[in-house]
Amino acid sequence: MTDLTNLTVAQIRDGHRAGDFSAVEVAEAFNANVAGAKALNAFIVETPEHALAAAKQADADRAAGTLKPLSGVPIGMKDLFATNGVQTTAASHMLEGFVPRYESTVSQKLWDAGAGMLGKLNLDQFAMGSSNETSYFGNVISPWRRKDGGPNLKEGAALAPGGSSGGSSAAIAARLCPAATGTDTGGSIRQPAAFTGISGIKPTYGRCSRWGIVAFASSLDQAGPMARDVRDCAIMLQNMAGFDAKDATSLDLPVPDWEAALSGDLKGKKVGIPREYRLDGIDPDIDAMWDAGIAMLKDAGAEVVEISLPHTKYALPAYYIIAPAEASSNLARYDGVRYGLRDLPQGAGLQDMYAATRAEGFGPEVKRRIMIGTYVLSAGFYDAYYTQAQKVRALISRDFTAAFETCDVILAPTAPSAAFGLGEKTADPLAMYLNDVFAVPASLAGLPAMSVPAALNREELPLGLQIIGKAFDEQGVLNAGLAIEERASFTARAEKWW
Amino acid sequence: MSNYTIKGETGEWEVVIGLEVHAQVTSNAKLFSGAATAFGAEPNTQVSLVDAAMPGMLPVPNRECIRQAVRTGMAIDAQINKWSRFDRKNYFYADLPQGYQISQLYHPLVGEGSLTIEADEKAGIAEAKRIGIERIHVEQDAGKLMHDQHPTMSYVDLNRSGVALMEIVSKPDMRSPAEAGAYVRKLRAILRYVGSCDGNMEEGSMRADVNVSVRKPGDAFGTRTETKNVNSVRFVMAVIEGEAKRQVALIESGGTVVQETRLYDPDRNETRSMRSKEDAHDYRYFPDPDLLPLELDDAFLDECRASLPELPDAKRARYIGEGISAYNADVLTAEVEAARWFDALLEAGAKPVAAANWVTSELFGALNRLGKDISESPVSPAQAAELLGLVADGTISGSIAKQVFEKMLESGDGAAAIVDRDGLKQTSDTGAIEAEIAKVLSANADKVAQYKGGKEALFGFFVGQTMKAMQGKANPQVVNELLKKALG
Repeated sequence: MTDLTNLTVAQIRDGHRAGDFSAVEVAEAFNANVAGAKALNAFIVETPEHALAAAKQADADRAAGTLKPLSGVPIGMKDLFATNGVQTTAASHMLEGFVPRYESTVSQKLWDAGAGMLGKLNLDQFAMGSSNETSYFGNVISPWRRKDGGPNLKEGAALAPGGSSGGSSAAIAARLCPAATGTDTGGSIRQPAAFTGISGIKPTYGRCSRWGIVAFASSLDQAGPMARDVRDCAIMLQNMAGFDAKDATSLDLPVPDWEAALSGDLKGKKVGIPREYRLDGIDPDIDAMWDAGIAMLKDAGAEVVEISLPHTKYALPAYYIIAPAEASSNLARYDGVRYGLRDLPQGAGLQDMYAATRAEGFGPEVKRRIMIGTYVLSAGFYDAYYTQAQKVRALISRDFTAAFETCDVILAPTAPSAAFGLGEKTADPLAMYLNDVFAVPASLAGLPAMSVPAALNREELPLGLQIIGKAFDEQGVLNAGLAIEERASFTARAEKWW
Repeated sequence: MSNYTIKGETGEWEVVIGLEVHAQVTSNAKLFSGAATAFGAEPNTQVSLVDAAMPGMLPVPNRECIRQAVRTGMAIDAQINKWSRFDRKNYFYADLPQGYQISQLYHPLVGEGSLTIEADEKAGIAEAKRIGIERIHVEQDAGKLMHDQHPTMSYVDLNRSGVALMEIVSKPDMRSPAEAGAYVRKLRAILRYVGSCDGNMEEGSMRADVNVSVRKPGDAFGTRTETKNVNSVRFVMAVIEGEAKRQVALIESGGTVVQETRLYDPDRNETRSMRSKEDAHDYRYFPDPDLLPLELDDAFLDECRASLPELPDAKRARYIGEGISAYNADVLTAEVEAARWFDALLEAGAKPVAAANWVTSELFGALNRLGKDISESPVSPAQAAELLGLVADGTISGSIAKQVFEKMLESGDGAAAIVDRDGLKQTSDTGAIEAEIAKVLSANADKVAQYKGGKEALFGFFVGQTMKAMQGKANPQVVNELLKKALG
């Protein structure tokens, strides 16, 4: 019998439907992989019983002829989604032990579609980070290992799985789950997907309800799926998206059957190549992969045009004003009064309790962003920073609108490098922030964007290509992603060492 | 112009007053959550996940709260902004679960408007005055801390957390405590007519932040202080008077007024400093990223406008147009329940002037005595109309009407039934009346002589005696005529 954990979501769904195997067999196989991969630290909480219960239901539904879209598919849930009765921490000490009595809209939709939960996946604390090293529960380790790529690179060093959805990316790459939820504020789905050789899509802002997702930066946060291929992303996304009256920024649009309309044929489509994304001094492997991607899309029938997104270089600074500003306010609720950590020193008053609780409950990166956000919103600095950043954001949106008059999708690298080693960038927050340079513009504009694995670099680490689409055109993004996937023939996987 | 001034050692000082009134919006649910809003519930029983700011919870605007604020804006003739936006006001406090209050700083829902306070000579308001209103914005209320539940800890009640408030900001157009009092009363009346706030100041549904400064007439505005959360008209007026005197004394003794927030202590009738501008919070206002801008369409605005009732000024003008005195019109329109009761009385056929006199004296007097308010009146407008009808058509006299009204209050029976049963119909039988007059005059020969000697005021005495002898049932007009004849 084939190893069920090598199957994709579509293969599990179809095989289960056809009676090739039971959902319980699938759940047990993934539960075993999860249990055997503690070294990766991908999960904060394992929930094998949840996966098994959903599997039993799926098998019963098959017998009764009432199968659902994700019946028999166990998935991983980023620990930023509130799950009823299961600890939800945002990888923070602040929320350690917090068990919500409510279920996020997105996770509820997935359970309603028949999926089961293998566990709550590790992430950067409050989704703030690009390497998963800010988690209070310890960093995730990527299943990938470097081959000798030069004098400065240590072979076999432990690598970052990307972030913030690093538990999701590592778990999928290591076959601990066939798919997982992620959230993307400034690249947190796409960059970890690129680092681990998997696919992930951030849909148009508003496609997935934010209700029940621990907030980082409300105007940017967007949930999306991560999986091994484009089809699985489409299947997952159409079971996560949809209007939610409980989220005032939710899009009131029907959810298309993206899977049914998948096509890697790009005849008649125009692909834009933004000249501002060609960075001086960038890793030549990245440029080479990008050029290969351009060739693949031409091969798929697309016409390639050069475009300009002139305000690109201001995107990262604007992002690192807006996101921390919103975060500084969103995280004010963690004050020790009602839930989560409370540090009340002997004889302390209210202000002392706030100070002690927040000093203890937040890690250094979260504190850094709260301080930045508080600063840029302060009287006297607000206009110079926040207002200015909002203007830049508007200009970046306008850049995209203008570009999409001459093309249908945009092709760019997902990240400026392959996965870096754990600890390599922790001393320099700015170097860490630069990881998001290609991801952030689409976030600021609220556009759908995905990463698909495209190549291995000289160290034999995966690299991802990013496709950015027009608002609401997830189909165009998925189709271009599929065209690359069909041609890149990316079959490499991390060798098991854990 | 108000002639209210503070007399200091250096001359007369003018007082400049602006009010920010917080009015709780009447709605079943909170501004951004579905939780209930009833007053007086057990602590923390009206708290949703959103109100408690649980992780991942999101605000969704409550249409009814927006509608009530728009209707209020229309009632003060204000500009309604079809595009407005919510901002976060960030600060930490234990009664503020989110760590920010959702409010509207930059783009409020309602722009400039005004209301008019009436002349009130007794209060020193020589003529009617228009008071400008700067804006109305909607915002969330905070919870409540309880410090008396535990020896070392404070408890938090989040029932009010997230309840919708309208903040109604006046211009600095008032110049005396009386004007400020009249403004609050008028604003309260409008809110209650519109139905957007119950105006209950004791329960905290309405409270005012009082801004006061002083200046020599003709000078520029002085530095103002703001006294927070004043919860009665009387206290608003007391705060202004006390604060103005304090400022004058301070300036005249060589000090300067500092811009600061003060608190009022009703027990001592004085304000004390809460915090100065230097240690004021930096609220770090910014647009709430959880909420889209609020855009109102014409259909929504049309519905808001169409649903407005007749407002106090219009009603007052109508009453005066029907011959009712300005004083009575003021009294009748001050409270919406009284005005509605009076309108029902007119609709039941009562004559406006007589009805107004009767309601403001007889009915209000009786209710006062019974300790009831008009919504609990034992006599309905229809019953009152029947009673007034009997007076108008001469069936009973005014004094008999008082007796009949007392009996109505006691028994709940109708006026006509009481008059029939107790034989209270007024008589114009001249023979019977003349007989009684003759008896009265002969029994009071000395007074007749005095009257004839020029003491004409005694006429009323003879009327009274005759009416008494007739047990009040004589037609007073007939009595007057016959008496005049008898006294020559």
